[in-house]
Amino acid sequence: MATHSLQDMRQQAAIAAKVFIQRDYTNGTVCQFQTKFPSELETRIDKQQFEETVRTLNNLYAEAEKLGGSSYLEGCLACLTAYTIFLCMETHYEKVLKKIAKFIQEQNDKIYAPRGLLLTDPIERGLRVVSFRKQCDSH
Amino acid sequence: MSAVMIARKVRKWEKLPGKNSFCCDGRVMMARQKGVFYLTVFLIVGTCSLFFAFECPYLATHLSPAIPVFAIVLFLFVMAMLLRTSFSDPGVLPRALPEEATFIEMEIEAANGNVPAGQRPPPRIRNVQINGQIVKLKYCHTCKIFRPPRASHCSICDNCVDRFDHHCPWVGNCVGKRNYRYFYLFTLSLSLLTIYIFTFAIVHVVMRSVDSGFVKTLQETPGTVLEVLVCFFTLWSVVGLTGFHSYLISLNQTTNEDIKGSWSGKNRLQNPYSHKNIVKNCCEVLCGPAYPSVLDRRGLTQDDLPVPASTAAQSNPVPQTTKTTAPLIPNEHTPDDAKSSIADSAISHAEKGSPSPKKEKPPTPAKVPPLASPETDVEASIIIAKEKAL
Repeated sequence: MATHSLQDMRQQAAIAAKVFIQRDYTNGTVCQFQTKFPSELETRIDKQQFEETVRTLNNLYAEAEKLGGSSYLEGCLACLTAYTIFLCMETHYEKVLKKIAKFIQEQNDKIYAPRGLLLTDPIERGLRVVSFRKQCDSH
Repeated sequence: MSAVMIARKVRKWEKLPGKNSFCCDGRVMMARQKGVFYLTVFLIVGTCSLFFAFECPYLATHLSPAIPVFAIVLFLFVMAMLLRTSFSDPGVLPRALPEEATFIEMEIEAANGNVPAGQRPPPRIRNVQINGQIVKLKYCHTCKIFRPPRASHCSICDNCVDRFDHHCPWVGNCVGKRNYRYFYLFTLSLSLLTIYIFTFAIVHVVMRSVDSGFVKTLQETPGTVLEVLVCFFTLWSVVGLTGFHSYLISLNQTTNEDIKGSWSGKNRLQNPYSHKNIVKNCCEVLCGPAYPSVLDRRGLTQDDLPVPASTAAQSNPVPQTTKTTAPLIPNEHTPDDAKSSIADSAISHAEKGSPSPKKEKPPTPAKVPPLASPETDVEASIIIAKEKAL
């Protein structure tokens, strides 16, 4: 790579401020994130805490996308009403997304903000990454 | 310097890249070319109107009043499914923000090493293992992301769509993860409606001919001829299409995968998404969860950038959005929005540093366009660690 000096350094500085946890596709297209602990966060949080957060998120998304009796019932009922029922009723997925938003808020307040990190809700990133943003410290 | 800042709420759909057109302040999302969609609506409404006008009075009295009632129910269902397919977000994947795009570029360059000048760099592909099968994820040059499995880029709408099936001009939209079941139900119910109208038109002609004679019948109800013609030609295509999609659903495949022959069995590639059970596949596709749209179309854009001195006094951190003279991304506006955007002319240019996410400009960290785009990533942590080690 050619040396881009100042521009590159600025970019790197900006990039180093964010850590991305990407999707885990090993089980198909279900929304799951990788639980591999990124080395970037080694100094900030401990591995177990991170894994627990991501695992809980994965469980919540799995609950949202679960194919089971209740989702089939919702689908069939909606179909019978030509899906007009969704104009007044919230879907199961949307309910779980609210739960997820609340969970992320809690995690940020209790665990990550005190350590200078900010966890962003993956829905803001197209359900593609969970990103940890490092708050600007002196170091 | 008294630059008047007219704060107008700018919704995110106005800033979305891609060639979609939006209506009802972002509630409706379609492709740009809508001509064929209007034709579809016209054909369905026209044929049904003829049916209600010519056949129904006779059949209701001579056979049963349930016939027109059922026709109305079926017609309403067809229209509901059509509008739902056409107006909803098919599952568009937001584009990468310039920061992440540059980051992925750097990561790809690092992975490829030094390519001698004049030689084509290797294709950007990432391999993932899904249910024991290796699947290649391709890089999308327009959206600057590695496409998730089953996603594909629609050149007509200029978007990457999740579980992309095909772009259907008849419904004026792409068919993807979010609206596939509505599309299927549309074709299914339309097949039923076509068969229904065709059958009862014939029954009507036969019954009436017995009383009045064939020629006189046709003279009394000229609409019947038109209906029969339209239904006859529609039948073959729509019923065929329904059958084809029923086959695809039972195998949990998309039209795109079928055309490309992704899981045709050569190179021992099997469909890793199929449950290997027809009932389960059908249930997943048709009765699965209703996926949310990840494009926040109606959200308000945030202006968190430093405003130049002339308007600095008026700006505050609250999302008081300012609008530049012309939308930088060609999205179709409803006439009202277009007028008001032209009216807000004397406004700061703080909003946009880089004009379009399609261009690869090295962005300055402060200027992030307020797009509803994801930060995509690709093994970011490893690269960051590498950079730090250097």
